[in-house]
Amino acid sequence: MLELFAAPVRKLGHLTINAIWRLGFVSRFLIAILMESGQSFMRFSLVIREVYFAGVLSLIIIIVSGLFVGMVLGLQGYNTLARFGSSDALGALVALSLLRELGPVLAALLFASRSGSAMTAEIGLMKATEQLDAMNIMAVSPIARVVAPRFWAGVISMPILAALFNVMGIFGGYLVGVVMIGLDSGTYWSQMNNSVDLHYDVVNGLIKSLVFGIAVTLIAVFEGYDATPTAAGVSSATTRTVVTSALVILALDFILTAFMF
Amino acid sequence: MKRSTIDLWVGIFVAIGIACVTFLSLKVANLTPQSANATYTLYADFDNIGGLKVKAPVKSSGVVVGRVSNISLDTKRYVAHVTLTLDNQYPFSRDTSAEILTSGLLGEQYVGLTEGGDPDNLKQGDTITITSSALVLEQLISKFMLSFAEKGDSHASHAASAPQ
Repeated sequence: MLELFAAPVRKLGHLTINAIWRLGFVSRFLIAILMESGQSFMRFSLVIREVYFAGVLSLIIIIVSGLFVGMVLGLQGYNTLARFGSSDALGALVALSLLRELGPVLAALLFASRSGSAMTAEIGLMKATEQLDAMNIMAVSPIARVVAPRFWAGVISMPILAALFNVMGIFGGYLVGVVMIGLDSGTYWSQMNNSVDLHYDVVNGLIKSLVFGIAVTLIAVFEGYDATPTAAGVSSATTRTVVTSALVILALDFILTAFMF
Repeated sequence: MKRSTIDLWVGIFVAIGIACVTFLSLKVANLTPQSANATYTLYADFDNIGGLKVKAPVKSSGVVVGRVSNISLDTKRYVAHVTLTLDNQYPFSRDTSAEILTSGLLGEQYVGLTEGGDPDNLKQGDTITITSSALVLEQLISKFMLSFAEKGDSHASHAASAPQ
């Protein structure tokens, strides 16, 4: 009888301990990455190679989605603003919503699903095929050789991708608002100039994307490193990367917005 | 893939990033003119500034000539003390008047300067003496309602007195 009640409580306790243990593991993993980053900066070509895979290959998806998000913002924003007779403010609306929220958040979500998942799968598969163990035996630290370059590549790429997303979005809004609907081009830019502040909007948005970059890449490399070394383990680690990244990005976005704006 | 190709692409990638940030700061946030040029400061006291905010533009004939850099309340006279930072290339005469205007019906508020006729110009730290406050919609409506009610009253008394 007692066992009947104890079992779910024990399960709850196990889950809690497991969650805390993983959190501790992530923190120690981050510290280990930072400690061993020196080596990967000495061989910077490793980082550059990973920037190519994480950042350069994400360019197309970022450009296309930025353009479309901007165009949708332009259409929806125009419809709503025109109802209040203030369609002139379209430029400000597009720029502010992109710079403050949509740019960093959407670019990070895309980055997590495009590059984060790839990192997890790659590192997980290296673990499953015992390449990481082989490195350890050869006295090559897998964290310095495999994990740290990917981590820094993600941290470097994320703000660049977010800035590109913003620019493409503003251009998309311009295409719809000015070229398609026929608003005045000067009004579009001057309304934007008047309402966007360099420090308040642009720099805060970049800080956001930097934080997202750290979070997403850390989750991705950690899930890969921590994956159960089987085919099923790698696949579930990849799924976890995307899901956890998305939740963490949205939660962090709320916290950062509460502090910044 | 060859090392040099990867280097080239990453170089292009970083250059795109720098170009985007520059575009955002210069074209979108409009960093350039006011901070680069030399400026001078003027003060103006208003009875009511309405919804005027710091960084609102200062315009003369519709041309942006500066920005509102500070707003505070003068606790001796209880008027709003507005600091205007103007571009050095736009001098204004000593009897220039300042008023708070709204761009469009629901647009942002800005300070409009109207040039006077005095041969001497305002200097750094001078105060614009001729000012007119922002139009506050509620006050306008209440004034209108009041005059309307008065008119209505006189009408009513007329009507009442007429049959006699």
